[in-house]
Amino acid sequence: MITFVLMVNRQGQTRLSRYYQPVELSRRAALEADVVRCCLSRKKDQCSFVEYKDFKLIYRQYAALYIVVGVTDSENELSVYELVHNFVEVLDKYFSRVSELDIMFNLDRVHILLDEMIQNGHIVETNKSRVLAPLTALDKMADS
Amino acid sequence: MSPSVPLQEMIRAIRSARTQCEERGVIQRECAAIRAQFRQSDNGGRSHNLAKLLYVHMLGYPAHFGQMECVRMIASPRYSEKRVGYLGAMMLLDEKQDASLLITNSIKNDLSHSNQYVQSLALCTLACMGSAEMCRDLAPEIDRLLRASNSYIKKKAALCAVHIVRKVHDLGELFTPAARSLLAEKNHGVLHGAVVLITELCERNQETLERFRKVPGTVPDLVQIMKGLVISGYSPEHDVAGISDPFLQVRILRLLRILGRNNEGASDAMNDLLAQVATNTDSTKTVGNAVLYETVLTVLHIKSESGLRVLAVNILGRFLLNNDRNIRYIAMISLQKIVGTDHNAVQRHRGTIVDCLKDQDASVKRRALDLSLALVSASNVRSMMKELLLFLSSCPPELRAQAASGIFNAAERYAPSQRWHIDTILHVLTTAGGDVRDETVPNLIQLITNASELHCYTVHKLYRALLTDISQQSLVQVACWCIGEYGDLLLRGECQETEPVQVTEDDVLDALETVLQSHMSSPATRGFALTATMKLSTRITDNVDRIRSIVSIYGSCIDVELQQRAVEYNALFRKYDHMRFVLKMQSSVFCSGSNRQVSPLVFLPQVCDLLDLLGGSEVTLQPIPAVGGTAPGLFTNTSSTTGGDLLDLLGGLEPAPPELSYLIFSAAPTVQVYEKAGVALTLSCEKQSDSGLTVTLTASNSTDSDISSFTLQAAVPKVQILANSSCFTQSKSFFRLQVNLKMRIRISYSSQGSAFQDTVQIDSFPGLSAAGH
Repeated sequence: MITFVLMVNRQGQTRLSRYYQPVELSRRAALEADVVRCCLSRKKDQCSFVEYKDFKLIYRQYAALYIVVGVTDSENELSVYELVHNFVEVLDKYFSRVSELDIMFNLDRVHILLDEMIQNGHIVETNKSRVLAPLTALDKMADS
Repeated sequence: MSPSVPLQEMIRAIRSARTQCEERGVIQRECAAIRAQFRQSDNGGRSHNLAKLLYVHMLGYPAHFGQMECVRMIASPRYSEKRVGYLGAMMLLDEKQDASLLITNSIKNDLSHSNQYVQSLALCTLACMGSAEMCRDLAPEIDRLLRASNSYIKKKAALCAVHIVRKVHDLGELFTPAARSLLAEKNHGVLHGAVVLITELCERNQETLERFRKVPGTVPDLVQIMKGLVISGYSPEHDVAGISDPFLQVRILRLLRILGRNNEGASDAMNDLLAQVATNTDSTKTVGNAVLYETVLTVLHIKSESGLRVLAVNILGRFLLNNDRNIRYIAMISLQKIVGTDHNAVQRHRGTIVDCLKDQDASVKRRALDLSLALVSASNVRSMMKELLLFLSSCPPELRAQAASGIFNAAERYAPSQRWHIDTILHVLTTAGGDVRDETVPNLIQLITNASELHCYTVHKLYRALLTDISQQSLVQVACWCIGEYGDLLLRGECQETEPVQVTEDDVLDALETVLQSHMSSPATRGFALTATMKLSTRITDNVDRIRSIVSIYGSCIDVELQQRAVEYNALFRKYDHMRFVLKMQSSVFCSGSNRQVSPLVFLPQVCDLLDLLGGSEVTLQPIPAVGGTAPGLFTNTSSTTGGDLLDLLGGLEPAPPELSYLIFSAAPTVQVYEKAGVALTLSCEKQSDSGLTVTLTASNSTDSDISSFTLQAAVPKVQILANSSCFTQSKSFFRLQVNLKMRIRISYSSQGSAFQDTVQIDSFPGLSAAGH
């Protein structure tokens, strides 16, 4: 299962964090900093899967933003790698060419989308239109 | 839900803070404002405040004062407030907080709300942080939702059920029938949830697993679904780069793996499907490879037929050639896991694996090294070793130690010839001498000693290596030892195996002196060099004076160990010059049995050297008592405790009453001391420490019947120190050593119903020899 999802920029600032296994607040900052350091120090020609303590990290870089997903040992790494890309495509569709600022200022919506896709550490839905349906409906309700 | 303006303003304010301190100030002000607003009862901006609080929480600042506000917001009728309330609950509350109990009722109400989005919020939150009590209370609700609601809710309910099952194992029973029926759904989201739920149920409970396996079990259903996914044409809904719903495919394959493990029937049912998936899936994109990877893992874990296994290993081999390093990495990991079981299949891809040793990525290199070491076998050892040695010279420093020790192990197990073995070890020492383990040096010395016909070759090679480079400590140590031992072979200048080098005694001494004086040599290395120099004094004829001068210089060395040695050697020169030649210091006395012609003192220096080698020798020494003062100062007290104290024996310092007794043992052979009625007792002696001796008694039963309640009791007399006399009567026997160690052993056992008892006295211990016999 997926233990956490993080979006961190190159300066180490967390843009989004979601934990599916309880982690104490005091440990979170240290964990995020450590994970980010791990990923930022990887070179371009190294693979995207890192073994970190007792779980695995799968990271992908999009411009200045790193999306890091921590998984337990039993997950298929390539599958999660694709899931990350799927998520980014969903964000892209909603925000039309998403950027880091979009994510920052619309954090609650990004959380809604993330919850539609991943729940409790497992994948719920991967179809883009179905993931976006509740949010677009809510937007329409708010506008009218 | 319009974007929260106050939230955006706060984010802007935080971003514009230039230092950490400023940021903290902004956040503290905002938190104070939020707290004040929470205390006011009803205002329109509650959701904004909570949203701001959640942002602050994400940055790492304490936000526990928002917990009650979350509870209040969840109970509110407005959707926007509920939404933020639930999000807050998921982020701020966990089951340890008391406030979480308060939301149970709200969740319960919301689960039966008319609006599906509200229901989904409640489900999500319950799945995220539901405690065991909450789960127990609400499980029937979830079950109802699993059966009768729309697909949007069903998929969420399925994952909520997964959480419930994890928290309260017994409730698995409740969800099993619903889970079965969900497999018939068309909606992929629901299917996905159902598969996850079934996976969780099967992993938790063996009985449930059996139930799902039983025919007609779930396997045919799953196979049907998979076939639909694989064969179906382009479906725009779930397509990811040409593969239809790869995530679902991966999940189903994983469930099939669990169902098929150790179960013939289930495995048979899925063989065809797996073959189909393996061949039909497009492997040009990563998604295709993800599905293939999962398929390979499934094939290797169930009881599949051999053709399918070969197909799976071939897919992994293809992965190794892929350009994408991620795929190469996972191929390596999988091959590592199966190299034990499917060794031959993996051997076929040995070439590719060895090529991966040259890959850029460090993790790929590490995996390739592990795999290559696992694939070395008697047939391919020469070629593999060549590749591994090449790798060693260019590998990153963190892998060197592992590579070196791996190469040593492989060389030890599969060496085709001793010469090759020695060559390999020398090669490793020259390239990575700094990273090898400490016991390499004594091991190598042992190996060289045993390869008696290669002494000439070895000493020539080592001498050449010493001339080129004296920075690798292990190599220098071995080289010094070798030159000390076989220096005469070196000086003789003829060798069949390799091209001999014409050296003079001066050259050899020069080399040793360089080692002694170099700042790169460690104290241990210097010790080796000094001893080697000393040993050469008996093997060369012209430059004895030079040796004497070298040795005397070190008599005032700062290093205590070296100084002690040098002083003792000096004394040997001074007082016992005529004996020096008797100390021929041959190493060929690793013999067992007691009919030695050579005096034991002959091996003392040799033995002392070996003791210098970290105690890796088999011959050990203890001082011999001399009572009655007739003995010249060959015996000293043993107050110093370093290895050099044994050299005190030769040191010739003033005679002092000895304190311990020396026993000389040769290599520990075993001797059978008792044999009667099928029960045999064998004895072997080993020296464990400077003051302890281990006698190992092995009892064996060669009868057909069992022996029970076997007890063994042993008794020894106190060690007797006997008088010693008549030394120096002959040039060969310097002293007599008489220590009689006796042992009485009583064994008792019962066999075939009757009891036996016997006593055995052991007077002579193997390898324990008295001098001068």
